[in-house]
Amino acid sequence: MSRGALTGTRIRERRMMIRMRQSELARAVGISASYLNLIEHNKRRIGGKLLVDIAKTLSVDASALTEGAEVALLDGLRQVVAAQTDAPQEALQVEGFADRFPAWAQILVERQERVQELERLVEMLSDRLTHDPFLSSALHEVLSTVTAIRSTADILADTTDLDRDWQMRFHRNLRDDSHRLAEGAQALVTYLDDGAEGAQEKTLPQDEVDAFLRRHDYHLAELEGQAGTPEALIEGAAELESPHARELALRALGQYQADAAHLPRADLIDAITENGLDPGVISARFGVDIMTVFRRIASLGEEDIGLTPGLVMCDGSGTLTVRKPVAGFELPRYGAACPLWPLYAALTHPMTPIAAVVEQSGRPPQRFQTYAICRPRLGGAFSDPPIFEGAMLILPATSDSAEPVLPIGTSCRICSQDNCAARREPSILADVSGVGGNAL
Amino acid sequence: MGRDVLLIEDEPNIIEAIRFILARDGWHVQTHSDGKNAFEAVRDKQPDVVILDVMLPGRSGFEILRDIRGDDAISGMPVLMLTAKGQSKDREIAENLGVSRFMTKPFSNTDVLAAVRDLVAQ
Repeated sequence: MSRGALTGTRIRERRMMIRMRQSELARAVGISASYLNLIEHNKRRIGGKLLVDIAKTLSVDASALTEGAEVALLDGLRQVVAAQTDAPQEALQVEGFADRFPAWAQILVERQERVQELERLVEMLSDRLTHDPFLSSALHEVLSTVTAIRSTADILADTTDLDRDWQMRFHRNLRDDSHRLAEGAQALVTYLDDGAEGAQEKTLPQDEVDAFLRRHDYHLAELEGQAGTPEALIEGAAELESPHARELALRALGQYQADAAHLPRADLIDAITENGLDPGVISARFGVDIMTVFRRIASLGEEDIGLTPGLVMCDGSGTLTVRKPVAGFELPRYGAACPLWPLYAALTHPMTPIAAVVEQSGRPPQRFQTYAICRPRLGGAFSDPPIFEGAMLILPATSDSAEPVLPIGTSCRICSQDNCAARREPSILADVSGVGGNAL
Repeated sequence: MGRDVLLIEDEPNIIEAIRFILARDGWHVQTHSDGKNAFEAVRDKQPDVVILDVMLPGRSGFEILRDIRGDDAISGMPVLMLTAKGQSKDREIAENLGVSRFMTKPFSNTDVLAAVRDLVAQ
């Protein structure tokens, strides 16, 4: 275990040392694997009972995981400075500041973490307000009811000679509509009160499938051989509530099983251990389609290859159809992603592999090696219009990479990149200039 | 000048309120609450003004408006569109499809009445 490493890093190192899966540790201490993943990547602070529970499960003393907290503090201060554009030279002297004012330094770091947390919440809620089908329908319902109430109330107030029958009728309508409005407003408030947790709720069939795959850490051991079937696996899966979600899941799991048959997990891990993680090399070595290689690599975890890969896939319109998240690389939950993603460059150059190192703006500096490709998929007769699909594999990269780095965002509405030629709408998070768009 | 209005809206109490205020002003109001056969209703009834909601069961108001504008017999019919979605995007879609007037909910009775009178007078 490296001296001075952050608590999350120490937890990860210790877990891997004793060959414990991330999901096992998460289950043992009663948290989700995705939350543990954030802790292990130092994206969430940890302390108190959870730290003690994790230390106990990993059979180490809690202090062994937290020593070097001052390093975490310095790291946090550097993130504060990095988030500040045009920070004065004085602000770079984080060691001196932490040494003289440790309590203030701690407060500053905690404020910065809170800001990041709130920014994430704003992103999620903003996404929901714009694209959430439930919210859109609920607001429509409330506005329609308000309209009925307003029109009816105006009639009652303005029509002096309204006969008794009509009066009673409109009073009854008012009463019914006011009840409906109260129920509608209550439902909306309950929904919005769920806050960040609610934002993770499932609203679309794809969300249900994502939740199912997340629970399995994107690895379906039952489908690695012929022992299990997709049907058996989705049977009784709590996340897959709607028939459409089960249909989508069945298709995705069928694909998983077929991929596993073409590229067995153990062989893939061996190949990566021997030759590194280049999807082109793996595709050539096993003679399998590059999309299969992408999907198979995305099914591996840190315990298999020492890092957690992410994967996004899209159709010809650019709509994301597969989202396997990777810590530090934000994916838009709804709506369009950043047009600068190599995924979209690939979409405009079918059958051309694109490798690029990227860094998302507005985040603590973190680089990712991406591999993107697009190819046509025949859906029927040879003369039918080709259906294009694109995919981008996302791998955490070291920040000292000598390769040129492509700055990208998540999606325009939540991107702080200034003067971006690809910007299609203003950001809600920062005062930025330059909205590109079409001047036709 | 004709006095026939066809109101295509699925919210019963909005239908009742609009029908009441227009009827008191001397308009003959017919209603249709389903998007599916709404275009056929417009063609059959040939009203002087159509009041059309955007979000209807079966078919959206935008599709119905597109069909009206594409039918030579009724393409010039005045259409007042109502929507609870006040986004500029919806207004833009409606304008591109040739809407005569666009109002967002909640609207006032006076505004609806004034809009119907204007559309027939034009």
